[in-house]
Amino acid sequence: MGGDRITRGVLFGSSLIIVLLSGGIILSLTGGAIPAFKEFGLRFIFSTQWDPTAGKESYGAMAFIAGTVITSLLALIICIPMAFSASLFISEYFKGTRGADILRGLVDLLAGIPSIVYGFWGFYALRPLIISTGLSDQGFGIFTASLVLAIMIVPYATSISSEIIAMVPVELKEAAYSMGATRREVIFNVVIPSARSGIMASFILALGRALGETMAVTMLIGNANIIPKGLFSPGNTMASVIANQFGEASGLKMSALIATGLLLFAITAIVNALGKIVIKRFA
Amino acid sequence: MKKYLFILFVIFVGYGCNSTGTKVAKEKQVTISAAGATFPQPFYNLAFKKYAEENGTIVNYGGIGSGGGIKSLRDKVVDFGATDAYLSDSEMAEMPGRVIHVPTCVGAVVIAYNLPGVTQLKLTPQLIEGIFLGEITKWNDERIAQVNSDMNLPDMNITVVYRSDGSGTTYIFSDYLTKAGEKWGETVGTGKSLNWPTGIGAKGNPGVAGTLSQSAGTIGYIGYEYAVAMKIPVALVANSSGNFIEPSLNSITAAAEREMPADTRIMITNSSVPDAYPITSFTWIILYQEQAYDNHTEVSAEAAVKVINWITGADAQSIAKSVYYAPLPKNVAEMASKALLQVTYNGKIILN
Repeated sequence: MGGDRITRGVLFGSSLIIVLLSGGIILSLTGGAIPAFKEFGLRFIFSTQWDPTAGKESYGAMAFIAGTVITSLLALIICIPMAFSASLFISEYFKGTRGADILRGLVDLLAGIPSIVYGFWGFYALRPLIISTGLSDQGFGIFTASLVLAIMIVPYATSISSEIIAMVPVELKEAAYSMGATRREVIFNVVIPSARSGIMASFILALGRALGETMAVTMLIGNANIIPKGLFSPGNTMASVIANQFGEASGLKMSALIATGLLLFAITAIVNALGKIVIKRFA
Repeated sequence: MKKYLFILFVIFVGYGCNSTGTKVAKEKQVTISAAGATFPQPFYNLAFKKYAEENGTIVNYGGIGSGGGIKSLRDKVVDFGATDAYLSDSEMAEMPGRVIHVPTCVGAVVIAYNLPGVTQLKLTPQLIEGIFLGEITKWNDERIAQVNSDMNLPDMNITVVYRSDGSGTTYIFSDYLTKAGEKWGETVGTGKSLNWPTGIGAKGNPGVAGTLSQSAGTIGYIGYEYAVAMKIPVALVANSSGNFIEPSLNSITAAAEREMPADTRIMITNSSVPDAYPITSFTWIILYQEQAYDNHTEVSAEAAVKVINWITGADAQSIAKSVYYAPLPKNVAEMASKALLQVTYNGKIILN
């Protein structure tokens, strides 16, 4: 009886800490962001001007919002075919084979590589490749950043979707086979439809990761505070500008950076909410 | 039973080692914390290391940028700060106590570039301004070719690389262009971070240096020692007398030999001395004049002032040269010691 109460107390306490923490983060972000929103109002969200020069300070986060959304969506688009085929390979088509085990291990390995190492790889290996195509002078920009981001989020999407695919009841598949369905037909008509919401959830989680990714992006995106003009144009993301500029920031600039953080928080929350709606509708 | 005895033994030995170890350390060493500019960090790292070996005082220096250094001092979380941009009058007024500036060395910001087959590139302030404003976009632009008639400039796009983080290096560079350029002041201005009209950003001096050395066609500004260390070619810059000057210890020192205000708060960019390299600046350590604040102890106050006094002295200044910072000219070194004599603890002068 006493043990039960202790367990309940511990569980209650730790959940409370999480609630308090998220509440505290929102509160302090909002508090810190107030001066920027007071000064610029909605212009802070829609303006692309980011001028920290003393005397004519003006901050608008649109360039970073655009950079964040574009790189993340692009990364998601590149990631989907890779993660989708990898998870089918692991959990359905070659399930239980040596190849599937090796692939699963490699995907898990990718998940464990620190962001900065991806940044290095992008900087020293991928960038020269992009320069050699002649599409970009220095290889920095939206496309390079998105490509590395895509590789970084593949493990998240893959491991969850492969778990979900593995959970599709064997009876369903056997029923389909007994009706004379081919393997391809089983995958596309039975496995994927029944795992649909889980697969979607995995991609939404991956998108969430891409939105907040900082280090590798900042090394490759070119850190130019403009709305990207094309796939190979430099740009900047919200997480990257915060990481770059908070060290020297004070006063209004600090508030503008915190406000950018708050917006990033809001965008991530919206993406998660959208994800939940999508899952509910298709489930 | 044997097993327990063994464990007990291990714990005992471990505990013994631990306690004697810390005791020795505590008696001998004072640890000071400091933070600020990355521009002079290679010099500070070497100097503080040597000081720790000789005097046992350890200085933990965090290279967090000039603005961070000022902020840390204002928040009283460090014993002293370091900055490449002296505190403006309004910044001085915002500090909770009177702040003393102590110049520690003279550094240069160089225009480094990566252009296959080209070294000894010559640039005028107008060219630098044009390139960094995005008005000159090709390496074989007539305006560059005119000044570098003896060179074979490639038909390549210019990529400007700037600091994506706030930085004293940016401050020195933009202060120079505001003075020497024609329209930089109105269009971009002076600051630790700027609204750049063109180019790509990289983090920190090492980030810019790394990007420059990796990609052909780039040009950027970095601390002199970073260019030397990474073997990146640097441009000769025309000073206000019209002479093209290569950055070197001599040409940097020449810029610093001049009349100074008593508090040493002056930017020495765009020097009028004929053989001075024009993009140079002092870098400062900043500390409170009255060291008895909050629970700041007399021991750490004394240790801090001593280490700063040592850094402006002959021993440390010769270390500066080895990492390509020019030592303080004599008159400025004297001003530095004089400034330190004002520092007190509860009204009592610390150095004597």
